[in-house]
Amino acid sequence: MRLTDRHRAHWRRNLRLTTVLLSVWFLLSFVTPWFARELNAFDFIGPLGFYLAAQGALIVYVLIVWYYAHRMNRLDEAFGVQEGGDD
Amino acid sequence: MAGGSNAAFYRQLKRYYGFYAGGFLSFVLCIGALEFLGVPHRFLGYLFLFATILFYAGIGFLSKTADVSEYYVAGRRVPALFNGMATGADWMSAASFIGMAGTLYATGYDGLAFVMGWTGGYVLVALLLAPYLRKFGQYTIPDFLGARYGGNIPRLIGVFAAILCSFTYVVAQIYGVGIITSRFTGLEFTIGVFVGLAGILVCSFLGGMKAVTWTQVAQYIVLIVAYMLPVVWLSVKHTGVPIPQISAYTTALPKVSALEREFNDKTTPRGAAEDEVRQIFRDRVADVDARLAGLEAGGVAFLAAEKDKLVARAQELRKDRNAGVKLIDAADRAVREFPANPAAARVAWQQERNAAAARAAPVRAHAEPYVAADEAGRTRAKKNFFALVFCLMVGTAALPHILMRFYTTPSVQEARRSVFWSLFFIVLLYLTAPALAILAKYEIYGSLVGSAFAQLPGWVSNWAAVDRALMSITDINRDGIVQLAEITIDGDLIVLATPEIAGLPYMISGLVAAGGLAAALSTADGLLLTIANALSHDVYYKILAPNAPTTRRLVVSKGLLLVVALIAAYVTLLKPGNILSLVGAAFSLAAAAFFPALVCGIFWKRANRFGAVLGMSLGLGVTLLYMVRTYPFFGINAPLWWDINPISSGVFGVLLGFAGVIVGSLLTPAPSQRLQDLVDYVRYPSIGEKASRAES
Repeated sequence: MRLTDRHRAHWRRNLRLTTVLLSVWFLLSFVTPWFARELNAFDFIGPLGFYLAAQGALIVYVLIVWYYAHRMNRLDEAFGVQEGGDD
Repeated sequence: MAGGSNAAFYRQLKRYYGFYAGGFLSFVLCIGALEFLGVPHRFLGYLFLFATILFYAGIGFLSKTADVSEYYVAGRRVPALFNGMATGADWMSAASFIGMAGTLYATGYDGLAFVMGWTGGYVLVALLLAPYLRKFGQYTIPDFLGARYGGNIPRLIGVFAAILCSFTYVVAQIYGVGIITSRFTGLEFTIGVFVGLAGILVCSFLGGMKAVTWTQVAQYIVLIVAYMLPVVWLSVKHTGVPIPQISAYTTALPKVSALEREFNDKTTPRGAAEDEVRQIFRDRVADVDARLAGLEAGGVAFLAAEKDKLVARAQELRKDRNAGVKLIDAADRAVREFPANPAAARVAWQQERNAAAARAAPVRAHAEPYVAADEAGRTRAKKNFFALVFCLMVGTAALPHILMRFYTTPSVQEARRSVFWSLFFIVLLYLTAPALAILAKYEIYGSLVGSAFAQLPGWVSNWAAVDRALMSITDINRDGIVQLAEITIDGDLIVLATPEIAGLPYMISGLVAAGGLAAALSTADGLLLTIANALSHDVYYKILAPNAPTTRRLVVSKGLLLVVALIAAYVTLLKPGNILSLVGAAFSLAAAAFFPALVCGIFWKRANRFGAVLGMSLGLGVTLLYMVRTYPFFGINAPLWWDINPISSGVFGVLLGFAGVIVGSLLTPAPSQRLQDLVDYVRYPSIGEKASRAES
């Protein structure tokens, strides 16, 4: 299969987006819970550390997945690799 | 498929499910009217369970199919929104629906590992797997391993792992079905299992993935309504705000925390009463400790002497005219159930000690993370929290019955949107569960504790009468007032009793039972189908009989479905372990076996067959080894590695799995150009029509 530069650029953009979003995911899954005790000193709809694990992280997960779908589907069209062209 | 027909199909689906939701609502109202007219509760329970099972069977019947693509991947025309609902139902099992809120009630912050793990995993599904698997576009997950790495060995390991984790998981579901049907209809557990099984089978048997998908959409609607409605009501009752996800944190949690402090403070009257009860349990712990020490020193002789003491006491009580029948019965039972040998005594007394020690401990602060007596214990709790979150997330992104669902969307773009809808529909329930745990705690700490034993609320006496294991409440310090340390509650009760706690009519309890059943049935459906497909498609069609005609493939698949379902039901009736440990095992196994090979297969062209085989077998092997050595069920009880609990054994498997794929691939030659082209093929939704050999 011949990959064009367009394909390679698309893949690079995809990887960059994936890395950024995975870092956000990592932050909320493993970094904030690490400091949950300390974060509980702050109050945001209940103690912050507890709130983040019970609700904040979940809402951000949904936003991450939504943003990825939205962004990638746009990216496919911008780079002309969306479906419907050949298969 | 033309875009126009898809749009029409979508509109049609929306209309059907709109009618369905309306019909379901009027059904619930009818039941309410029947209850008002005085129809007995047991009859209403039957009506709820059988009407919903019949309804699912009806959808299964209407979706019957003999087309391979429809049978395996629902014809690949499930729109993102509906695939999201189906995935939600597929995903949320009896453990999520019934067990989750109870786990959070009991463990506070630390239980949130389940909430985060079971939702955060979808980020991995969305970013690393779903769109690429959809582009690959075959039928099963072992299919991908077979095609990407070449040869039958990766495929066969995949089949083995898919069956292993799905089977473990499906046993937990059927167990849940049995419990729900038996509890709400009074049928025996065994009969409950088979009634549920019939409901599961009729869908998958007639229409495979197509029938399962459309039933799961219907089941999602039932389960989400059943979960949310009582919690919203409870929230209104306590806080006046109909959004439990906010009111629980702003209104109920501060009050719960204040009560926790009061119960732990011996200088307050209620704290002193709590401590009085805890002192009784501390004495019991000391008593058991003395017996355990005596057993170590005296062995069989000590055991015999202890038994004689009990026998003497029972006889003494019989002579005593003032002794009540209950007291004599208890003394007789103690003699009857006395352990037969020192090994049994050690186990039984250790359990007795743990139970008493748990109730002697101060109240656990709900919002406080990693609670333990000392710093070492806190570190252990923290480590295990992270290990569990990791295993559940990676396991989510590796369970074949979930990944398979993303084969059913019409396109890669729809697959991406579909992960969003899946997570959205799942999060609706997972945002509610922690709120429910807090509201239930508020009810119990705030109203039940401090009330008089003579005037217990109705729901307490009802449930305590049904099953002592679910809820027991005894006046231990004999002051006539309920203390928190005098209550034991099984986690499952929280969801089941919420309608009564909120003061809702019985029809809502029936609705909750129907919701729990929908959750268990839908998950079991997806899992059974995964197992049968792995056997019929990957083993039979791809390896044994590549020329088999379509009709024979479907006959084999359906036959296997029946056999697997019966074996699963048989294993369920043996009651192996508790639901949560079974579920945990399934996640760890899936994570270790699939995740490294799948992700490397997409993101690393250099990954080759040897690497995949090495990584998968190492990951699976070490996870199985750790489970067998550490789960109490297997009886070896070897020391833990770095204090990691057996439920998170996948941590070691996933890390070793990645190491295996990487080292194994680098030691052997790069995969062939054809396989590398396949990687390019899955990476882009479209790669250009005139494909030719690439240069690198």
